[in-house]
Amino acid sequence: MTESGTAKRRSLSVICSKGSFDMAYPGLILANAARMAGVDARLFFTFWGLDIVNKKKVDHLHLNLVGNPSAPIPAMIAGLPGVEALATVQMRKEMERLDIPPIKEFIEMLDDAGADLYGCQMAMDMFRLTRDDLLPQVKDVITAMDFMDLSEGAQIVFV
Amino acid sequence: MSLESVQRDAEGYLANREDWSKELAQEIAAQLGVSLTDEHWRVVNAARTIEEESGSSPGLRKISKRSETPIKSIYQLFPDGPAKLVAKIAGIPKPKSCL
Repeated sequence: MTESGTAKRRSLSVICSKGSFDMAYPGLILANAARMAGVDARLFFTFWGLDIVNKKKVDHLHLNLVGNPSAPIPAMIAGLPGVEALATVQMRKEMERLDIPPIKEFIEMLDDAGADLYGCQMAMDMFRLTRDDLLPQVKDVITAMDFMDLSEGAQIVFV
Repeated sequence: MSLESVQRDAEGYLANREDWSKELAQEIAAQLGVSLTDEHWRVVNAARTIEEESGSSPGLRKISKRSETPIKSIYQLFPDGPAKLVAKIAGIPKPKSCL
């Protein structure tokens, strides 16, 4: 029994592969919940998920409405210029009301909580990004195989 | 009330909040491997106050703001699962918040 009440030391690996505003949060929230409960947590940002830790993009992620069957407005309208941006502003306000931090602050919080953040080497090469393009909280840029090695014994969640 | 005579649920949260006392909190903390300093108390007291006011057991973000203790320090004070440890020591239910 560990001090936090689980039978054995648990460990969570989250793979964040999407860069829309609404798909950035689930992975971050899961990793944070893990740390609060005494579970080790690490995140692997790959493909569009790299936008979540990209200095230039992190504050400008957009809600994804087009092709999203849960979108509250018809796809025809959702596709008009500015509509997604407007919806994102609305959602940000709602999140602020619930005291859910903006993504950049969330990343800082995860780092403070002891979660490890990694960028995906292949996606970095594909998008022509360097280490300097990423937020300072990203611990390292590694390959998928490295991440598998780090995840030995962990539960893996793909977002 | 001593640790042996109070009721706790299967996960170790206090069953009756009236049973809580500072002495009991110290005993629970010791059992969880935490020795309470003033800094710990500031966090524990903030959690108790928020729970009393709102009726809901807070997550770390609220506790951090209320106690003016950075998240990072809370993880240092309560290393292994701070949200759970603080609630257990504070004698309040398991947190309902994900943040």
